[in-house]
Amino acid sequence: MKTKWKISPYLYLLPALVIVIAFRLIPIVMSFIISFFDWSLQGTGRFIGLENYQNMIHDPVFWQSMGNTLWLVIIQVPASIIFSLFFAVLLNRIKYLKGLFRTVYFMPFVTSLVAVSIVWKLIFNEQTGLMNTFLGYVGISPQGWLSESRGIFYLMFQDIGINLPRYLHGPSQALFAIIIMTVWKGLGYNTIIYLAGLQNISKVYYEAAEIDGASKSKQFWHITVPLISPTTFYVLLMTTIVSFQTFAQIYLMTDKGGPLNTTKLIVYYIYEKGFDLLEMGYASAVALTLFILILGLTILQRRLERHVTY
Amino acid sequence: MDRIRSTITYLILTIFGLTMIIPFIWMISTALMTQSEFNKQETLFIPKEEYYVWNNEGVKERILLVMEEGDTSVIHLLDEELNIKEEYKKVPSAQIELVRKKPSLHFSNFVKAFKKVPFGLYFYNTIYVSFLSLIGVLFTGLLAAYAFSRMEFRGRDFFFYLFLSMMMVPQPIYMISSYILLDKLNWLDTYNALIIPWTANIFTIFLFRQHFKALPKELFDAAAIDGCSVFGMLWRIVIPLSKPIIATASVFSLISSWNSFMWPLVMINRPELRVLQVGLSYFNQEASTQTTLLMAASTFSIIPILILFFFAQKQIIASYAKTGLKD
Repeated sequence: MKTKWKISPYLYLLPALVIVIAFRLIPIVMSFIISFFDWSLQGTGRFIGLENYQNMIHDPVFWQSMGNTLWLVIIQVPASIIFSLFFAVLLNRIKYLKGLFRTVYFMPFVTSLVAVSIVWKLIFNEQTGLMNTFLGYVGISPQGWLSESRGIFYLMFQDIGINLPRYLHGPSQALFAIIIMTVWKGLGYNTIIYLAGLQNISKVYYEAAEIDGASKSKQFWHITVPLISPTTFYVLLMTTIVSFQTFAQIYLMTDKGGPLNTTKLIVYYIYEKGFDLLEMGYASAVALTLFILILGLTILQRRLERHVTY
Repeated sequence: MDRIRSTITYLILTIFGLTMIIPFIWMISTALMTQSEFNKQETLFIPKEEYYVWNNEGVKERILLVMEEGDTSVIHLLDEELNIKEEYKKVPSAQIELVRKKPSLHFSNFVKAFKKVPFGLYFYNTIYVSFLSLIGVLFTGLLAAYAFSRMEFRGRDFFFYLFLSMMMVPQPIYMISSYILLDKLNWLDTYNALIIPWTANIFTIFLFRQHFKALPKELFDAAAIDGCSVFGMLWRIVIPLSKPIIATASVFSLISSWNSFMWPLVMINRPELRVLQVGLSYFNQEASTQTTLLMAASTFSIIPILILFFFAQKQIIASYAKTGLKD
C-alpha cells in the first residue's frame, strides 16, 4: 500500500507522543547536557565541560558504589536465575496445588518494595530479628547483618579459621543481607517467566529421551537448559537491568548506604548527590555513566544471545 | 520411584514456599502483638499474653506480681488502662491466678498506626494518582496503538523505534533532569508531577499494538463498507474485542503506580501530597522503635494490592508471564 500524507494518524499518536517527548526524550537529552554543567538548582548552572566526569574518576565513593552495585548484580542475578529455574522445573512437574504454589512464590513480587523493605530491615535486626532467631536454631551465632561492614567471605572463612586476604573479603554482610532480600523479592517474576518457557517446550523431546534411556538429570542438562535459553537470556537481561536500579532497599533498610558506605549502590549515590547534596550536574554525570554501562551490557548480552541460542 | 520423587518435589516446594511467605506471616503476627511482647522476643508467630489476676471473691482484677512469700503475695493493682492504681497490696497467694491467652491479637495496633500518621490522606492521594494515571495510560495507549497497528503513515517506523528506545531507558537515569524540568514548569509539589508524566506508558502501547494487529482484517473491511468511520472502528470494534488486554494493562498500571516510590519521594515535599509509599517511608523513620505499629502500617499498605492479586491471581500471573514470551 502506498503511504500517503494524512493528518489523522498523527492526531491519534499525538497524546502519547507529547508525553513521551516531554517526559522521556527531553529529560534524557537534558541529563546528558546537565552532566557538563555545575548545576545546583538555583539559576541555570555553569558550563564546566568534562569536569564532572573528571571528578567522578577521582571520587572514591563513586568507585565504591560502582563496586557494591557490581557485587549485587554478580551475586543476585545468577542466584535469582538458578533458584527460579529450579522452582519452575519443580512447579512444572506437579499436578496438584500448582496454583497455590505459584501464588505463594509470586506474592513478594506484587507487594510494594517499601513495605517489604521495612519488614526485612526488622528481620535482619541483630537483637530482635527473625534471621538470627532461625540461625540460632541451627547453632549459628547472631550476625550483625545490616550493621556489619566486614566482608561476607571474610566472615565465613574466619569461622573455620582461615584469614582471607583483603581482596577476597567480598561484599559486606550488610550488602549480602540486601542481596538476599532482593533475590527473594524478584524470584517470583522470574519463576513465572521460566514456567511459561517450560510449558512451551514440546513433550516430544522428553519422550524421545525417555525411550533412549536418558536420566532425568541428563534430560535437564541436554534438553531443558538448551531449549529454555531464550528465556534465560530474557531473564538475565531484565534482572540485570532491574538490579542495577536498586534503590528503595538502600533508602529504607540502611543508614544512607552505611555501614562505611558498603551498601551504597550507584542509584542511591545518584539520589544522594542530586537531591541531598544538590550537586545535580555531578549526579547527572554518574547517571549517564550508569546508562552507558547498562546499554553496553544490553548490547553485549544481545550479541552473546545470537551466538548461543538454538 | 515416582511416588518418592513427587513427595520430594512437594517437600522442597513447601519449604521454599514457606520461606517466601514467612516475612508476610511475621509482619502480620508482629502487627498483632503488644510492643512489650515483641521486645521480650519470646513469641515467634502466634501472639500470646500472660498476666496475673487477683481473684477477689469472683471479681478479677489485673495486677503486677511484686513478690510471693509463702501464703501472702505483694501486688500492684492495675486499672483498665494498665496503670497502677494501688501499690504494694498484700493478698493471700491462693487468690492469685496466672492467665494465659493464646492467641491474643491486638487489632488496635492498626487503628493506632492509622491515626498516628494521616494514612487516610495517603490512601486517598495514592488512589487518586493511580486512577488518573490509569485513565491517561488507557487513553494515550489505545489511540497510539491504534495508529501504530491499523494505519499507514509517514514516519511510523521512526516513531515506533523512538518509543521503543525510550522504553529501554531506566527511570533513575532521567530522575534529576525530570526534577529540573518539573521545577521549571512549577509542577513540583503538585498532583501534576505525580500524574502527567505517567499518563503514557510505552509498554502498554506495545501490548495494545500487538493485540490490535492480530484482529481479523475482515471486521474492518465490513465496517468500512457499512460506512463506519476510523474512530468508530476503534470505539465499536477494537475496544470491545480488547477487554482482556485492557484489563491486563490496567492491572499493570495500577500495581506500578501503587508501588511507585522513588519518583513521588523526589518530586513531593508537602506532607499533604504524600502518597502511601512515601508516607510509609517517613513513618519508618519516625517510628522506628514502634515495631508493632510499623508492621501494622506495612500490612495495611499492601492489603489493597494483595486483594487485587488474590481476586485475579490467575489473570495477573498469566499477564506477567506473557511479558517474557518473545513474538
